[in-house]
Amino acid sequence: MEDILIPKNTSDALALNRPIVEDTEYTTLNLGPTHPATHGIFQNILKMDGEKIVSGEQTIGYIHRAFEKIAERRPFYQITTLTDRMNYCSSPINNMGWHMTVEKLLGVKVPKRAEYIRVIMMELARISDHIICNSILGVDTGAYSGFLYVFQEREKIYEIYEEMCGARLTTNMGRIGGMERDLSPTAIAKIKDLIYNSLPKAWAEFEKLFNRNRIFVDRIVNVGPITGERALEYGFTGPNLRAAGVDYDVRVMEPYSSYQDFEFDIPVGHNGDTYDRFMVRNQEIWESIKIIRQALENLPEGPFYANENHYYLPPKHDVYKNMEALIYHFKIVMGEIDAPAGEIYHAVEGGNGELGFYLVSDGGRAPYRLHFRRPSFIYYQAYPEMCKGVSISDAIVILSSLNVIAGELDA
Amino acid sequence: MMNNQQIAEDIVIKFGENAHSFEEPWGLLTFTTNRQHIISLLEYLKQHETFRFNFLTDLTGIHLPDNQGAEFGVIYHLHSLENNVRIRIKVFLSKDDIHIPTATTVWPTANWMERETYDFFGILFDAHPNLIRILNIEDMDYFPLRKEYALEDATREDKIDALFGR
Repeated sequence: MEDILIPKNTSDALALNRPIVEDTEYTTLNLGPTHPATHGIFQNILKMDGEKIVSGEQTIGYIHRAFEKIAERRPFYQITTLTDRMNYCSSPINNMGWHMTVEKLLGVKVPKRAEYIRVIMMELARISDHIICNSILGVDTGAYSGFLYVFQEREKIYEIYEEMCGARLTTNMGRIGGMERDLSPTAIAKIKDLIYNSLPKAWAEFEKLFNRNRIFVDRIVNVGPITGERALEYGFTGPNLRAAGVDYDVRVMEPYSSYQDFEFDIPVGHNGDTYDRFMVRNQEIWESIKIIRQALENLPEGPFYANENHYYLPPKHDVYKNMEALIYHFKIVMGEIDAPAGEIYHAVEGGNGELGFYLVSDGGRAPYRLHFRRPSFIYYQAYPEMCKGVSISDAIVILSSLNVIAGELDA
Repeated sequence: MMNNQQIAEDIVIKFGENAHSFEEPWGLLTFTTNRQHIISLLEYLKQHETFRFNFLTDLTGIHLPDNQGAEFGVIYHLHSLENNVRIRIKVFLSKDDIHIPTATTVWPTANWMERETYDFFGILFDAHPNLIRILNIEDMDYFPLRKEYALEDATREDKIDALFGR
């Protein structure tokens, strides 16, 4: 009956003196830039047909801090603080990746003990990143308790970072040639407590709550799938690519920092949907726990830094007594050390995928050009395609499961 | 197993003098080509039965103001996941003629990478679906990573140069 009163076109509407209703118009919905469910500042202007999303237009760059330009002015050890702030949920991985790039350029061989300590810190960072991603995926579907319980484990990881380098979030950990200090007994005790006691219990509880929970599974199975081939075309790496079925992991393909000494598996999914991404990250936490246990049990004795006098600050008591150490200290701090010329690409497995550093050096004290290959920037392009035809709640869940970190998106 | 020598020979057989300046810094095969052949080179490498360079790792730019006639470079990093080999391709453009065909026809991931390169250097990618700035604001009228632009805002009057070591 209402059909007579809803005119099909404008002239009918005017003739019947009814409001003009255009049923082919899409609603525009602005998701962001500041939105409690998008983790970071990036905007999506969605065109919706009723409740389904038709297309999305993305705007990023709200936290662009011009790292690549700043890096052209800074000596190499000052660039570490820039790398911290890219993927700030797992900053040790960024730091170590940068140090390894410079060590590759200089030809420095890092001692085994430092490499094992680096592995422990990088795997702790990976655990921390995946804890955030998965628990916040729970929060986005409405389940807040899981997040609250596992974040206590993340707090313990922060305390371990603080033992190691003094800072909790933006760590500036390690130095060119090794680490700045050895693992103290407190740090080892804290790591052991975390890896053997509290984290396995907390994570098993989290998995029991979420993995086969009917409501959670219904919300995220078959939401936002992507095939392996399409993911490769879009440059996906990391857990998102492994969830789509491609087992590419930089730690296994091009082992760095003694990863070849450790035995661990690469979890791989089937469909590339949100459930697979969630499960891949869950399993990667268990694999990281395995790696840290192996590293702690086999931690070799020895120095924790290489004898690279031109880049590694000499111990303070030497600087006060020894002329040579004083000169090296002065030259390093005042930035008067020239690096060899060359161009290098080095990649590490970050929390989100292959984090690459393309460094072009012209023989000066600062890079000529430094480019960060940031995985979040590259795979976020696929988001509108993954969101076609889903409702807003699914779009939020897909965004959460992709683990887009704004610092890494913009750099 | 394929090594850099075989890849280099194969490329030279197929492309002749359009692929030159082969070098291997730190074991990564690097060579230069020109913009007329870059897309066919990328497609050739992607679809090659043995090499299978199916992954575009990175696409970025570089500004070398001292190279007359070849001031801007676009640098592609490809990766063959099956054979675990990486390769780097460079294309140099003159600042008066700063066009290069887009790689989005070969890999969709090149879309944002090219927008970022345009945003930083002003390199124009022909036939790109949406070549606008991505990280900086739209009404910026210069390209910040070019070497002629200083890191700091030159219009500031409140900083005393002598105290900052300039």
